[in-house]
Amino acid sequence: MSKFQKKRGKAKPAISTASLPDIIFMLLFFFMVVTVLRDAELKVKVTTPYATELTKLEEKSLVNYLYIGRPEAKYQSVYGTRPRMQLGDAFATVDDIPLFLEKHKVKVPENKRARITSSLRVDGEVTMGIVQDVKIKLRKSGQLKVNYSAKKRPQ
Amino acid sequence: MAKTSSRDRMSNEINAGSMADIAFLLLIFFLVTTTIAEDKGILVKLPPWSDEEPDITQLKTRNVYSVLVNAQNKLLVRGEEMDLDDLKDKTVEFISNPYNREDLAEAPNKAIISLKNDRGTSYGTYLEVYNELKAAYYQLWDELSRQKFGIPYSDEMPIAQQKVIKGEIPFVISEAEPTSFGEE
Repeated sequence: MSKFQKKRGKAKPAISTASLPDIIFMLLFFFMVVTVLRDAELKVKVTTPYATELTKLEEKSLVNYLYIGRPEAKYQSVYGTRPRMQLGDAFATVDDIPLFLEKHKVKVPENKRARITSSLRVDGEVTMGIVQDVKIKLRKSGQLKVNYSAKKRPQ
Repeated sequence: MAKTSSRDRMSNEINAGSMADIAFLLLIFFLVTTTIAEDKGILVKLPPWSDEEPDITQLKTRNVYSVLVNAQNKLLVRGEEMDLDDLKDKTVEFISNPYNREDLAEAPNKAIISLKNDRGTSYGTYLEVYNELKAAYYQLWDELSRQKFGIPYSDEMPIAQQKVIKGEIPFVISEAEPTSFGEE
C-alpha cells in the first residue's frame, strides 16, 4: 500500500499531447486524398451487379459516367418507372450522349483524349434494351472504351 | 531585465491544446460527407460502328462459340442449354481444345465467341455471362503466362509480355444485334 502511494506522489502524469494534432491531421489528409465528392445527385436507382474480373479505373478526370436505372420514388410521378438514363445531374435520352461526351472531352488535355473511358453504372435489374441503345450510340460517337461498373463479389 | 522579458515571452505561447479538437472536427466532417471511390468494373472495348452487319457465315462453325442469353435469363450455348456455372470451364475447353477435338476451336487465336442477347435480358445476367467469358480468358492467359514467363498473369506485368500473351490468345467477343424480344 505504501509502495503505491509513494509512486503516485512521485510520477508526473503528463504524456505530451502536442503531437496529437499532427496525427489527426495525417488522418485528415489521408481521407481528403482518398475520397471524392460526388458531383451529381443520383436521380435513378443504381445497384451495380457483382462480378469477379474487375479492372480499376485509374484517372478520375478521364472518366465520364452514364447512369441507367429506374427513377427514384420521388421522380416516378413525372418520369414513370421505366428505366431511364441520367447524364450529369439530369435525365437524358440517348440523343443527348454525343453532346455530353463532347462537353467532357473539351475539358481533357488533347494528349489524353484517347484514354477517355465511359463508365456505365447500370442497375442489375434493368433490361438490356436501353443498355443496347446506349452502346450503339457510344459506338456511333466513337467512344469505344467502356467500363461496365460492378462490385467485387464477396467470396 | 533580459531574464524577465524572456520569461514573459514564454508565458505568451499560444495554447495548442484545442488544435486536436479542430482537426478532429474536420476529420469527422470528411468522414461523414465522402464515400471512398470504388469505381471498378469490367473494361470492354466496343467495336467501331459500321452500317454493315459483320458477316460471320464465312467462319468455320467449329471456331464459333455462340452464346445466347434469352429474355428468361437462360443460356443457350451452341444449341444446348447450359448452366452459368459451367460456362467458364466449357469456354476454356473450347478455346484451348486440349484433346484436339473436331468440334472445338482449331487454335486459340481462331476462336471467336459470339454473344447474343434479347432486349429483355436482365443486365445483371448479361454482365455475369460476360464476366464468365472474361474469366475463361483470364484463366488461359494465366496458364500461358506461367508457362512462358513463370509469373501469374496480371495487368501490372510488362506490356510487352502482355502483348505476347494476347497475341497468342486474343480476346475476341463478337456481339450480335439483340433480338427485340421481351422488351419492357
